[in-house]
Amino acid sequence: MRTFVIRRLLQLIPLLLGVSLISFFVMHLAPGDPTALFTDPSIDPIELARIRANWGLDQPVIIQYFYWLGNVLRGNFGTSYLTGRPVLAEVIERLPATLLLMIPAYLITLLITIPLGVFSAIKKGSWFDNVVTVLTFIGMAMPSFWLGLMLMLLFSVQLGWLPTVGMRDVLAGNQGPVASFIDLIKHMILPLTTMTILSLAGLSRYQRAAMLEVMDQDYIRTARAKGLPERTVIFKHALRNALIPIVTIMGLSLPGLFGGAFIIETIFAWPGMGRLGVLAIFQRNYPLIMGIVVFSALLIMLGNLLADIGYALVDPRIRYGKK
Amino acid sequence: MGKNKLAIFGLSVLVFFTALAIFAPVIAPYDPTEIVAEDTMGPSTQHWFGTDDYGRDIFSRAVYGARISLTVGLVAVSISISIGVLLGALAGYFGGWTDSLIMRFVDVMLSFPSIFLILTIQAMLTPNIYNVMVVIGITSWMGVARLVRGEYLKIRELSYVEAARAIGCSNKRIIFRHILPNAQAPIIVAATLGMAGAILTESALSFLGMGVQPPMPSWGNMLMDAQAYMRDAPWMAVIPGLLILITVLSLYFIGEGLREKSDVRS
Repeated sequence: MRTFVIRRLLQLIPLLLGVSLISFFVMHLAPGDPTALFTDPSIDPIELARIRANWGLDQPVIIQYFYWLGNVLRGNFGTSYLTGRPVLAEVIERLPATLLLMIPAYLITLLITIPLGVFSAIKKGSWFDNVVTVLTFIGMAMPSFWLGLMLMLLFSVQLGWLPTVGMRDVLAGNQGPVASFIDLIKHMILPLTTMTILSLAGLSRYQRAAMLEVMDQDYIRTARAKGLPERTVIFKHALRNALIPIVTIMGLSLPGLFGGAFIIETIFAWPGMGRLGVLAIFQRNYPLIMGIVVFSALLIMLGNLLADIGYALVDPRIRYGKK
Repeated sequence: MGKNKLAIFGLSVLVFFTALAIFAPVIAPYDPTEIVAEDTMGPSTQHWFGTDDYGRDIFSRAVYGARISLTVGLVAVSISISIGVLLGALAGYFGGWTDSLIMRFVDVMLSFPSIFLILTIQAMLTPNIYNVMVVIGITSWMGVARLVRGEYLKIRELSYVEAARAIGCSNKRIIFRHILPNAQAPIIVAATLGMAGAILTESALSFLGMGVQPPMPSWGNMLMDAQAYMRDAPWMAVIPGLLILITVLSLYFIGEGLREKSDVRS
């Protein structure tokens, strides 16, 4: 197991190099110049050349890449073109807001998805299963931003129950910690619901399929043949095995949650990493884009690794490293 | 519920929308880019879906939008399937270092949050409809490549492939003429679901202003316009989203139906 983890961690290095190389070249080979967005058009050409040299843009792309890589290896992700602050600080500052949505969305999804998928599978073909199936398909077929807009339209614009965008109300901050906390929760509800519904749909389908497959196995027939009550068959024999694939999916759904965060944070003006990333792209803020790409890629890869480890832990049939 | 019924429902909806797209100039009562009435009027008998912030007819825009959204989806998925089949076939058929190289590249591409990669590439290009198709195509082939590789790994061991090799067929002939037809069922399922994904991605890109550019209507950029008029013209936001939902749902139903029929596992 230990060798497996170390080997997998080492494999992250070429992957991260590949990710950073591709993003770097995609950005830098594009026509146009990021300085145009940050400077006055009437700027003195000498001054402009100085800024370009300062940002390293006067060098060939490959040199720029190795320069960037050298700095990253020393823990320096460069500074944001817009604010002049270190990229790492900007990203880390935004991370809590993103996690504040992602972690609850993730947990709520798991809490709902497992019973939903399992019961649909047990009652395959019943009205409950049909309703869940249609709803999950609808959930998967909805554009994330549209779901967000519709929730906003209903609960903020029409009913006026919840705030439309942002994370905090300016006034609520002055009314003590309780009011400020309630305010935060109110702002969280819509983006959180949007995120949860989206990841819920796909996962429930997957859990249902996993449960159906297990229910078809010989050992379930054996358990039934032994005369065990259906409850024991389902909860002791089937469910435990049907939970194994969900561990993988938990890791594999991270990129989706992350991708969702870019769009959902943008519609709800939620001050997280996703919105920062989308703004950085619009502004061609190269160092910031690179920082966010590397950071999210790393999180996605670690998520996959954790899923594989979790898989080995819950399934005794799988033992990595011992062949 | 009968998967078949759902698939037939999906197919009918898709055929209907395709017909709308093809015959858009005949069906749309107004020019989709012309101001034809007062702005933000609610649905009425003259303007079934109301008018937008400029006073353009939303029904006409939605019909033309079907044209744009379906075309983008179809072309994008053709690109991603071509890349995925080619790379997956090479990796699965030849194995060895070809396989390692291609599959590591797949791993790298899968490590990006896909929407972020798409936005980055798209932001660096001129945002227009052709670039949208290409960018979605070149960033969504990885799943297909993995799937096709698996099929080739399985099929290349079969005796008919060995027979083909024995009578001196070239690798190219074996890959495309002998193995590919036997791997087509899962590819068709993947293409159906891929088209649904491409339509969703196009709408997200256009919604962020990086996809199909106004005044050309796409369902995604109609939603972008709608955002600022949520209070005064909610129908502007409801209708294009519903159309995307129905289209994508239909494709999913068709995909599931095909999967069931050809006994392909997810």
